[in-house]
Amino acid sequence: MRDYGTFDIIGPIMIGPSSSHTAGAARLAKVAGIVAGGKIKKVEFLLHGSFARTYKGHGTDKALVAGILNMDPWDENLKKSFNIAVKEGLKFKFTETDLGNVHPNTVKFIITKEDGNITEVTGSSIGGGNILIFNIDGQNVEFTGEYPTILTRHKDLPGVVSKISSILFEENINIANMRVYRNERGKMATMALETDNLISENIMNKIKKIKEIESVKIINPIKEGIQ
Amino acid sequence: MFVSSGSELIDICSKESIPIWEYSIRKEMEKSELSREDILVRMKKNLNTMLNSSSYAQDKEVKSVSGLIGGDACMLRKYADRGNTLTGDFMVKAMARAMSSSEVNAAMGKIVACPTAGSCGILPAVIISAAEKLNKTEEDMVNCLFTASGVGIIIAKHATMAGAEGGCQAECGSAAAMGSAAVVEMMGGTPEQALDAAAIVIKNILGLVCDPVAGLVEVPCAKRNIAGTVSALTTADVVMAGVKSKIPFDEVIWAMNKVGKQMAPELRETAQGGIAITPTAKKLKKEIFDKKTSL
Repeated sequence: MRDYGTFDIIGPIMIGPSSSHTAGAARLAKVAGIVAGGKIKKVEFLLHGSFARTYKGHGTDKALVAGILNMDPWDENLKKSFNIAVKEGLKFKFTETDLGNVHPNTVKFIITKEDGNITEVTGSSIGGGNILIFNIDGQNVEFTGEYPTILTRHKDLPGVVSKISSILFEENINIANMRVYRNERGKMATMALETDNLISENIMNKIKKIKEIESVKIINPIKEGIQ
Repeated sequence: MFVSSGSELIDICSKESIPIWEYSIRKEMEKSELSREDILVRMKKNLNTMLNSSSYAQDKEVKSVSGLIGGDACMLRKYADRGNTLTGDFMVKAMARAMSSSEVNAAMGKIVACPTAGSCGILPAVIISAAEKLNKTEEDMVNCLFTASGVGIIIAKHATMAGAEGGCQAECGSAAAMGSAAVVEMMGGTPEQALDAAAIVIKNILGLVCDPVAGLVEVPCAKRNIAGTVSALTTADVVMAGVKSKIPFDEVIWAMNKVGKQMAPELRETAQGGIAITPTAKKLKKEIFDKKTSL
């Protein structure tokens, strides 16, 4: 039996009309933007299932663009996100598609950054504004963004994971969940590490200094009253 | 951990001589490790958002993104102001408030999901209207929201609050039950009476399906927020008169959960049954999606 808190019932404060199709979409896009990192030039949103069928009526499209613009699900500018995107020079496109056997509220982001690099992120809005990111650049990876999350891309060599966990231990950060993913032994691996405490930039920089680390992303929870 | 049943909630509140709201605040402090003050500030923020959403569309006509609903809160408000209502200014103003939050939600405005976005009109309308009538303070309204959350937590533990899982009875039904219980405590009723009110509200909405036209949170959702508001307020009076629920709260929630599971998928937010498949609903759906390029 889940232990609900007061603000799970009364809350969140959000922009309507739908926690899954609006608030969840904004949250997905914000996380996808953080995963891509850097300045974003262009995004194609591949919409699946209910997202593809009802995105206009629920403002899912506006919420997705708002999230890419780093807005929170309770930002009153969310409904004006298209205009803001135009002003900021962000190009966007919506494509209705079939992503296969995935949750009905799923979107794949194809994000092109100013430097020309492309990041692909796929995730679902699984209800009540909660999300699940399950693929980054073709690599399966699972995290919900409910916990502070550290996402690393590193060489698949012995000791890397322990170097990261040592830094967290030194900083008194408790690890809640940890999963390592790789496509091929000895090549590159991705790790999603969820913690009980917020992750500071200082910690991120320490992890970055580990020589086998290619990239580190910090995704702190998108909840009101936390940031 | 928060108690897992209404009967335990009544026991613990009576043992400690506290209302449900006080128990909810204490449990939230324990769970979040935040101070009482921090928690009250956060709830006050919810209340402020509710005050805005429940008044905004009464003064200014808003249209939903699809164009399906809008302007009804204004209409209700003007009707109340003319003073010739059947059920009284109090009730019509409460209905206008419920409609306002629902319209603001459908127009991509800011609301508090309480418990869901689709049912976001009920709790603000119930609590703000009762507080206005009874000359209660902001602090009283904040306390009310903790009563509501306490009742909601128990419903969430045993059933669901999602229309996709339990139908509208689970969304608007839970919201109205939470609101009625909260007003009963505001009026000086006991925790037992508060849960009686919640039980009666749910019994009266039991079996209500979730059948949104075109899959949007607009028709019939907004008017069901009005119905939930009226039920919550009238039931508070029923209970304060001394009437009890013959079936205890916990058993009513059990029944609601079971009814939700017995509902066909067509009647659980899929827009494939009920009102959503009437000829007019199908026509509206076609109109909305045909003009979607201009949205």
